Amino acid sequence: MLKIAPEHVDAMIAHAREDHPDEACGVIVGPEGSDVPTRLIRMINAERSPTFFRFEPEEQFALYKQMSTTGEEIVVVYHSHTATEAYPSRTDVSLASEPQAHYVIVSTAESGASGGRVSVRSFRIVDGVVTEEEIHITE
Amino acid sequence: MSVEVRIPTILRTYTRGEKAVHGNGTTLQEVLDDIDASNPGLKDRIVEAEALRRFVNVYVNDEDVRFTGGLKAPTVDGDVVVVLPAVAGG
Repeated sequence: MLKIAPEHVDAMIAHAREDHPDEACGVIVGPEGSDVPTRLIRMINAERSPTFFRFEPEEQFALYKQMSTTGEEIVVVYHSHTATEAYPSRTDVSLASEPQAHYVIVSTAESGASGGRVSVRSFRIVDGVVTEEEIHITE
Repeated sequence: MSVEVRIPTILRTYTRGEKAVHGNGTTLQEVLDDIDASNPGLKDRIVEAEALRRFVNVYVNDEDVRFTGGLKAPTVDGDVVVVLPAVAGG
């Protein structure tokens, strides 16, 4: 189960809408081993693509160094799907590289950049196996 | 002294859970060969067909090796190598 604050959910949705029709991506980091997402960081999608995302390497390395100093790790990796459902694509599964993370996908396929319906789902992706999990929004 | 190689979570199954391993060599290639001897299979997750895998970023002392010679990037005792899988998908 992913336990997450409502403002983080709102922030992921806002980011997905802003970048629509390109995919948006980012992380929520938290203290190492805590499984608690505390700090959301928008990442640049170096691909600037409606079908693909990749963290900009320099920015990802800067985040890595920062987390080494603060004792944090990636708790949530999020990205958007802008034309398909909020379910991991084959590419998502084959490239998943953070086994400790919750993979959150926000789909803006239905409403685009406007304020309509979005779908937000969370998954574990470990060794090529996708497991959907409940999202518990904390008060 | 030797070169420290920091291992990402996903590859720690090859290092018995260790966050960092140490190897010797005057290039990244030699260091990876050296650590693969005691952590079999690790190198194959970083290197493919004699080049760095497309979705793995490697840094020697904060320099992205894609700009400093790739597997031929020089290393000396005390250097720190960071292996960082790209966060990517579709």
